[in-house]
Amino acid sequence: MAAMVDMAVDAGVPLVEMVDVGKSYGVIQALRGVSLRVNAGEVTCVLGDNGAGKSTLIKIMSGLHQQSEGALRVDGEEVRFGSPREALDRGIATVYQDLAVVPLMEVWRNFFLGSEVRKRLWPFNPLDAEGMRRTARAELSKMGIELDDVNQPIGTLSGGQRQCVAIARAVYFGARVLILDEPTAALGVKQSGVVLRYIARARDAGLGVVLITHNPHHAYLVGDHFVVLKRGQMSLDGKRDEITLDELTQQMAGGDELEALTSELRRAQV
Amino acid sequence: MSQTLERPPEAAVPKRPARPSLLYRAFVRPETGSLVGAIAILIFFAAVAPPFRQLTSAATVLYASSTIGIMAIAVALLMIGGEFDLSAGVSVVTAALTASMLSYELSLNLWVGTLVALVVALAIGWVNGYLVVRTGIPSFLVTLGTFLMLQGLNLAVTKMITGTVATRNISDMDGYDSLRAVFASQFTIGGVAIRVTVLWWLLFVAVSSYVLLRTRIGNWILAVGGNADSARAVGVPVNKVKVGLFVTVGFLAWFTGMHLLYSFNTVQSGEGVGNEFRYIIAAVIGGALLTGGYGSTIGSAIGAFIFGMTTQGIVYAGWDPDWFKFFLGIMLLLATVTNLWVRRLATRRG
Repeated sequence: MAAMVDMAVDAGVPLVEMVDVGKSYGVIQALRGVSLRVNAGEVTCVLGDNGAGKSTLIKIMSGLHQQSEGALRVDGEEVRFGSPREALDRGIATVYQDLAVVPLMEVWRNFFLGSEVRKRLWPFNPLDAEGMRRTARAELSKMGIELDDVNQPIGTLSGGQRQCVAIARAVYFGARVLILDEPTAALGVKQSGVVLRYIARARDAGLGVVLITHNPHHAYLVGDHFVVLKRGQMSLDGKRDEITLDELTQQMAGGDELEALTSELRRAQV
Repeated sequence: MSQTLERPPEAAVPKRPARPSLLYRAFVRPETGSLVGAIAILIFFAAVAPPFRQLTSAATVLYASSTIGIMAIAVALLMIGGEFDLSAGVSVVTAALTASMLSYELSLNLWVGTLVALVVALAIGWVNGYLVVRTGIPSFLVTLGTFLMLQGLNLAVTKMITGTVATRNISDMDGYDSLRAVFASQFTIGGVAIRVTVLWWLLFVAVSSYVLLRTRIGNWILAVGGNADSARAVGVPVNKVKVGLFVTVGFLAWFTGMHLLYSFNTVQSGEGVGNEFRYIIAAVIGGALLTGGYGSTIGSAIGAFIFGMTTQGIVYAGWDPDWFKFFLGIMLLLATVTNLWVRRLATRRG
């Protein structure tokens, strides 16, 4: 409680704020009483096991679903998104782990998908392909991704590179809030490092980042604020200096439940 | 590499020497496999069937190709967008029957019937698309339903109105001459009579290919077929694109139907069944992926050309036309395997 009061004092108006948000699908309550703030230049980590309500939370923020209770505020103004487009227009971009890109399409087409640059030329207003290739190449190299050819299908890139292209795209198109859904889940250690470094860079550029993950180690490397969800409710909410990695790991691993399980299994082995 | 980074951004992006060769880039286009196949078939029939080598035969082959090819463009675009249309064959006939019977029974100018047929054909496409995006039922099933409905309607309504399975001859009605000039005329170049559908076909291929590769709509078509959820997440209006593709099938079905009507003056109501597969096969031979997201309309034209060459080539070679289906099966299998192989090479991790 004290932490909440402190935050209200030390930060200005948060980019995105959720107050007591809940969501039910018919009789199933997927999310209840979740409050969360996303500030500029900070990484807010949302952790939780499978089915804890993480995806429901980001779907509300990104405009795929609407909350059934509570309030969602952007720049202090209460909103209700009808579509991902509306969220994008308010500067909230979401990068999904498995659907960040269209694999068979070229890198530059993926980079500009949904926000294509066109020439004013009757009757078709054709794509400014050369310009988009140039921009995509420059933006990616600015972020440390060097590609031989932006004409290659994006499916030929590694998982980490694909995530980075999707993030670079969101940043380029003026995202102020970046929601990343399990960006490191399918990646190896080295690839995860690439993505985390990239997240830090976005944070330093002044973006508000929401990092959804079930890996407390990755979260602790970049996070400023941590929220742990359990069965649709918040079980932990704290800033970096109020929490240790051990506590976070303990919370994530199921805490007391895991200890009970450990001792139970140990006895069974003897 | 570090040198390029230190330069200002404008200077950092001249054409890179590391850019893949033109040969490689041509090689990974969807239609490459079918082009090789088309050349092989051309050489084959030119070798075994002497009449095939004449210029007049080329005109015949092109005409046969165009009647499949015009629809194959729309079907290919739809498949690239990740959907199917099994009603494409019969809706051609529905359009022709509508124009013919409406004008004849109400004694209207044929232009009126033709324009009403356009509305009907677009509406069929829209209904297909709307049902697919609203219900989420696979388009294979939705359009199988409309295929059966239209097939039944074509026969039943024609019988009810004319008392037979065909429509009456419309060649003496108002507007016939101008419509025939648009949809079914022919002209002579160097002593060879060329049907106007060949020109329309080439025009539609050029326009559709440009739209697919060089416009925003084209980008969206590739995206909704390649990964609809990703496309939706970045703000592409997925449902509108899909409905639009079904409506495009409706438009070219109308066009093909009008050619049918104004070149034969009467329409058999049972026609069209089975043609939907010809269109799909032409698109697949041309490199369109059954699962969507990949393909080209130039490929569909090459697929249709292979179709035309084989149907006519077998006749010129003096063989039993029954062999046609056998050849078609072989070509479809070969094309699918080749395309699979080319695509693997194209998307292999570098």
